[in-house]
Amino acid sequence: MSEHSITTIPSTPQPTRSAWCGCLVAVVLLVCQSAPLQAADEYRSVAVADPYLELRTGPGRGYPVFHVVDRGETVDVIKQRTEWYLVRAANGKEGWVDRAQMEKTLQPDGEQVSFARATIEDFTNAKWETGVLAGDFGGANIVSLYGGYSLNPNIAIELWASQILGNFSNGWMGSVNLVHETWPEWRVSPFFTLGAGVIHTEPKSTIIQGPDRTDQVGHVGAGFRIYATRRFLLRAEYKSYVVFTSRDENEEVEEWKVGFAFFF
Amino acid sequence: MESRFRILFLIAALVGLSGCAATKNLFGFGDESAPPPTAEPPGQVIEPEVERREVREPAIDREDFEIGAYVGIMSIEDFGSNVAYGARIAYHITEGFFLEGTVGQSEGGLTSFEVLSGGARIIADSERKLTYYNLNLGYNILPGEVFLGEGRAYNTNLYLIAGLGSTRFAGDDRFTVNFGAGYRFLLTDSVALHIDFRDHLFDIDLLGEEKTAHNLEGHLGVTVFF
Repeated sequence: MSEHSITTIPSTPQPTRSAWCGCLVAVVLLVCQSAPLQAADEYRSVAVADPYLELRTGPGRGYPVFHVVDRGETVDVIKQRTEWYLVRAANGKEGWVDRAQMEKTLQPDGEQVSFARATIEDFTNAKWETGVLAGDFGGANIVSLYGGYSLNPNIAIELWASQILGNFSNGWMGSVNLVHETWPEWRVSPFFTLGAGVIHTEPKSTIIQGPDRTDQVGHVGAGFRIYATRRFLLRAEYKSYVVFTSRDENEEVEEWKVGFAFFF
Repeated sequence: MESRFRILFLIAALVGLSGCAATKNLFGFGDESAPPPTAEPPGQVIEPEVERREVREPAIDREDFEIGAYVGIMSIEDFGSNVAYGARIAYHITEGFFLEGTVGQSEGGLTSFEVLSGGARIIADSERKLTYYNLNLGYNILPGEVFLGEGRAYNTNLYLIAGLGSTRFAGDDRFTVNFGAGYRFLLTDSVALHIDFRDHLFDIDLLGEEKTAHNLEGHLGVTVFF
C-alpha cells in the first residue's frame, strides 16, 4: 500500500504537464471549431426529449409528417410562424413542428425550453396595443384605427384616426384618448375613456354644396376589452361626442363601435 | 368662447387623471405594497460549485407578417373594366386566421349612356380614378399541397376574406364592404404567389337612383413573409 503511495506522489507533476498539453489541444480544437460553433449559434439548438419529434411539410395540423427526429438528437430552430416552428435536423431535413412538441425539447444545459406564448397576464400588462373598430357615428358609418400605450395596467394613452362615411357628408377625425381600466386583470375588462381631437366634415358633392368644416371635438365613453386568445382581443365601446362648432349650438353625436385589436 | 372653456376643462381633467395614475391606487384597486424582504435564513449558505454553461439564446425569427403587391382587373359597375393594382399587408394570428389590409386603385371608363349620347359626361375625367382601402379578416379554409412532377411539392392555401373600408370614386368616399376568396401558392417558406377574386360593394347614386354597386376585382400578386 505504502509503495503505491510513494510511486504516486512523485508522479503528481506529470499530470500537470499532461494537463497543459490537454489545455493546448483543447485551445487548438476550440480555435478550429470556433467558426462552425458561431454559425450554429445563429439558430437556437434544442434536444429532443420526447421519444420523437414530428416534422411536417407545412405550418398547419393537416400537413403530413414526413420525417421523425429521435430522442436525444438536436435540431436547430430556424423560424416561427404563428404556433409553428421550422426546424432543421442534423441530417439537413427541414420541417415544421408545433408548439406543444417544441415545449418538450431541452436546452443544451438540459433545462426545459419555454417557447413564450401570450397569456391573459400579457393582456393585462402589455405596453402596446393596436386595433381596428367599425360602427355607427350618429347615423354614418365609421372605420377607426388606433394605437395605445399603457402607462401602467390601469391607464393608457391612445391615438385614434377615423374615417366617417355618411349619406350626406364624409369626413375624418383624429383624437387623443385617456383610457382608465378599473379591473385590468379581468378577462372582460371594462374601461372609461376621455379625450379630445378634431373632426373634419365634407358635404357629399352630389347632394349639397357646402363648405368643408374643421371643428374641435371632445368626448367621454365607456366600453369593454375582451381577451380572446394569444395576442388577440375584442373591443366594444360607446362614446358621446360634443362637436364645438362655430355656430351658436354645439352638436352632440353618439358613437357605437366594435372591433378587434392585438397587444405586444 | 364657451367651447374654449370646455376644452380647457377637458385638458385639466386629463392632466388630473394622469396624475392620479401615478399614485397607482386610483379607486383603491392599485398594486398592494410589496412585502418586506424576508431575512436571510440562518445557517450555512452553500455555494454550489457547478459552473453553468453560458448559453446565448438567439431570438427565434418570427415570420407572422406578409407584405406584397398585386395587379389585375377591376370591373366598376356601369364604368367598364380596367387595370387595377395595389398593395397588401397581412398579419397571421393563428394558422387559420389572419388580418389583412389592402390599398389599391383602378380607373373607371365611360358608361353606356356617355358613349351613346356623344359628348355628355356624368362625372369629370379627374373623378374617374378609383382608390380604395380595406381591412379584412381572412381564414385559410383549405390548406394543402400541390405536386409538380415527382420531386417537387409546394404548400398552398385556399382562403376566404371579408372586411370593410372606403372607396373614393366619382368625387366621394364611399363606405365599402368587400369579400372574396384567394389562393396562396408558397414558392418557398417565405415567398408566395396569390390569385384573388373580390367583390367590392358600395352605394352609388350617380345614375338617377341610389343602388348598391358590385365591383368585381381579380388579381395576381406576390407576397413575402417577414
